[in-house]
Amino acid sequence: MKVGAPKEVCLGELRVAMTPSSAVQIQKLGHECIIETGAGLSAGFDDKAYKEAGVKVLKSATALWKASDIVIKVRDPIKAEQKFFKDSQTLISFFNPGGNEELLKLAAKKGINVVAMEMVPRISRAQKMDALSSMANIAGYRAVIEAGNNFGRFFTGQITAAGKIPPAKVLVVGAGVAGLAAIGTATSLGAIVRAFDVRPEVAEQIESLGAEFLFLDFDNNQSGVATGGYASPSSPEFREKQLNLFLKQAPDIDIVITTALIPNHEAPELWTREMVERMKPGSVIIDLAAEKGGNCKLTVVDERIVTDNGVIIVGYTDFPSRMANQASTLYSTNIRHMISDLTPNKDGIIVHDMEDDVLRGATVTYNRKITYPPPPPKLAAIAAPKINKSTKPLSRAEERALNDKAFKTATKLQIGLLCVGGLLMLGLGAVAPESFMQHFIVFVLACFIGFQVIWKVSHALHTPLMAVTNAISGIVILGALLQVGSSNFLVLFLSTISILIASINIVGGFLVTRRMLAMFQKS
Amino acid sequence: MSSGIVSAAYIGAAVLFILSLGGLSNQESAKRAVWYGILGMAIAVFVTIFGPGVYNIFLILTAILVGSYAGYFISGKVQMTEMPQLVAALHSFVGLAAVFIGLNAEMMLNSIITLRDSGLQMNSSELTGFGEKLWQKDSIEIGILKAEVFLGIFIGAITFTGSIVAFGKLAGKLDGAPKKLKGGHYLNAMSLFACLILGWMYLDGAGIWSMIIVTIISGFIGWHLIMGIGGADMPVVVSMLNSYSGWAAAAIGFTLGNDLLIVTGALVGSSGAILSYIMCKAMNRSFISVILGGFGGKTGPQMVVDGEQVSIDVDGVASALNDANSVVIIPGYGMAVAQAQQSVSALVGKLRDKNIKVRFAIHPVAGRLPGHMNVLLAEAKVPYDIVLEMDEINEDFPNTDVVIVIGSNDIVNPAAQDDPNSPIAGMPVLECWKARQVFVSKRGQGTGYSGIENPLFYKENTRMLYGDAKVSIDALLPKID
Repeated sequence: MKVGAPKEVCLGELRVAMTPSSAVQIQKLGHECIIETGAGLSAGFDDKAYKEAGVKVLKSATALWKASDIVIKVRDPIKAEQKFFKDSQTLISFFNPGGNEELLKLAAKKGINVVAMEMVPRISRAQKMDALSSMANIAGYRAVIEAGNNFGRFFTGQITAAGKIPPAKVLVVGAGVAGLAAIGTATSLGAIVRAFDVRPEVAEQIESLGAEFLFLDFDNNQSGVATGGYASPSSPEFREKQLNLFLKQAPDIDIVITTALIPNHEAPELWTREMVERMKPGSVIIDLAAEKGGNCKLTVVDERIVTDNGVIIVGYTDFPSRMANQASTLYSTNIRHMISDLTPNKDGIIVHDMEDDVLRGATVTYNRKITYPPPPPKLAAIAAPKINKSTKPLSRAEERALNDKAFKTATKLQIGLLCVGGLLMLGLGAVAPESFMQHFIVFVLACFIGFQVIWKVSHALHTPLMAVTNAISGIVILGALLQVGSSNFLVLFLSTISILIASINIVGGFLVTRRMLAMFQKS
Repeated sequence: MSSGIVSAAYIGAAVLFILSLGGLSNQESAKRAVWYGILGMAIAVFVTIFGPGVYNIFLILTAILVGSYAGYFISGKVQMTEMPQLVAALHSFVGLAAVFIGLNAEMMLNSIITLRDSGLQMNSSELTGFGEKLWQKDSIEIGILKAEVFLGIFIGAITFTGSIVAFGKLAGKLDGAPKKLKGGHYLNAMSLFACLILGWMYLDGAGIWSMIIVTIISGFIGWHLIMGIGGADMPVVVSMLNSYSGWAAAAIGFTLGNDLLIVTGALVGSSGAILSYIMCKAMNRSFISVILGGFGGKTGPQMVVDGEQVSIDVDGVASALNDANSVVIIPGYGMAVAQAQQSVSALVGKLRDKNIKVRFAIHPVAGRLPGHMNVLLAEAKVPYDIVLEMDEINEDFPNTDVVIVIGSNDIVNPAAQDDPNSPIAGMPVLECWKARQVFVSKRGQGTGYSGIENPLFYKENTRMLYGDAKVSIDALLPKID
């Protein structure tokens, strides 16, 4: 089938959905590739490069849309492009199905099957097509670069002959893909990076990148995770604590990068006017959530503004596009993987398998029907976190009460045992003769000594202990010795055998114990 | 030698035995303690042989010499890894001797009563020391004596066959899996009941045949009981048999009216009982459930482990070790099987030369005998002050770079803490998964002795090093620089 990538018409969009190298890969799947002339120019790929990769270059968008069975794009089609829709065409693109109902209806009516790249479910298998993540990665990186561009100082601290330069302090709010990319970039530039996220379990990831996780002491069982590892809205109390935390940080921080987005919600306000006012002049705020209203309410979409107290707020929404070459490379790879999943037999024939979790999730219109929103995926994105039992340290009084209680039960048990034992002894003493009771006293006392002594034996010496007790249990030899003088032949025979085997036991046991003990040595 | 001197010597021997056991509280005093035991035993045997009422000295000395030589030969030849089966085998001797002595006592009792009833004077008939005591007994005392004989034979026979089965399982001559005849514990209970009936008949005047049948039936109980216990529970079983052999000796002591036998038997019996208790506590299981075999009742389905075991080669392990600051090694039965203790010791030496902090973590039930691992490591000249117990090291794991698990499974199973339905739920385990990196040396992908899936092997920071432990460690050695 023919896979075509038109030139992006949206203003300022520099990315392209197909690169020469992705085209080579797509052709290996049995497809033909076509591209509109000049489509890749702004991303650094000219028509010649495409031609060399075996891609057919068409003169106009009209021709391209008409020729293509599969259209791959970056942005959702604008009005002018919607005219080109034709029946049973497949469109792979960002589509914003949640906020684009009219377009969705039109696409269904015109019979085109739309695969929306932002709807790819977040499961391990689909990571290779997760365009949101690859774009967020770029955004995070670019946010730091943009901040550095606007910030008048070094990131890293230096002590030079010309004076001491303090390191820049960067606060990253929201440790998703973009946030983590920003943290990584900022730390590698030498800044002191702090980061915050409503999901406490990302603390580890933050720390692994060398940043400090701002810990919010909040006793909540629901962590801020919704399905798919995305954040969910937080409770008002939590929000208040969080804002207090930020308020304290604001005067100290040089660069703030906010990346907090909640799926299908307006971006939460995390950086208030008050915080901006507390920041030092020359500080920079990069609001990556600008497109969804911004984490800072002073943000102006797609603009760089300077507040009255000299804080620079950048609200660009086209960070990926600002790195068009890199972004196109990654995005076209995501697209290529999606096409590869659509062509399971590598024979150039599309099999749109609606039973497949990934394809079903990403497809928003199919066979003239709107299939958005998709049913929840069969596989959970991330294993449900275990709820840790809160083991609160006991207060001193509680501890004492507990100890007292344990002491009392132990006392009761011991007294009970003593009483029962005493009664048994009395009963025994009532019937047994004197000679037996004398031996019995010896027996009971020996048991007690045994109990007391063995508790002190160290764990490491348990094997020698067994060997030595085994050796001394050979004491049964005494019994045989006392019997061996009997005139009865059978008794004589049996007791001789007993002496023999008991001696094996005694000598073997002791010698082995000695051997073992001699081996233990101090370093 | 007068009987007064004999008693004095017995007191001395009893004190020496107590000192001998007490001395095992640490490694240094233990070296002295074993000599106390030897001395005590020598005194006891010597004064008994040359005391009153013992005849056939030539026969005795021959038997002792032959037995001693056999003991000397075995103890010199045995490998440290074979220690569990040796101890089990030696227990069976004590049990068998106890059975013989009990039967002898019954036979002598019969002949002496006949003699007495024929109207002879005690002094005119040549009697053994034991015979004299029998002569003086009245009818109640004879009743008690018979009860003691019964107990001695009963416990002795259980110890004998039980130890033989334990020996077979530990030496790999019998299958380690728990096996039971049809009827299971009912069979045991019925056998026990039959023994009690026979014992009652014996007290009532039935002849020696009743005791011989008791020997056979209790021998069956010992065999069946230990057959029903799995290989992983052997540490408890061996120490339990140790305890039984002590009680058998004590019962014989009552029969013969010999206080030294009673004292020593009681010491051994109680020490074995406490050891078993310590083992059971370390596995968080009740003593009863171990003895009755198999694991305690399951309450629900076990947690399903998903993910995969990621394997690694020797080079990967070596580079991680070269970069580590602190290493903890957790040995288990697999190390004993592979005879890898010398290689492990060499590895430790190399790491310590690089100033890497190396320690061993020993779980109380690692191996097939209490303290098994300590003995093996001591054999390989690993200093005992870097060999730590579970409680001493568990909290250090989060600060440990590399953990190497060599042939242990259940004792490092996180399911004991995470999965309330796991058969080993609640058993204290070594929390090695908290370390930065865990390497597991294991023969294959199968589950361990207990057949429980181990989620540790699927954890993100765990890498599996498949193969024989000794071969793996030997391959690792030249790569540590």
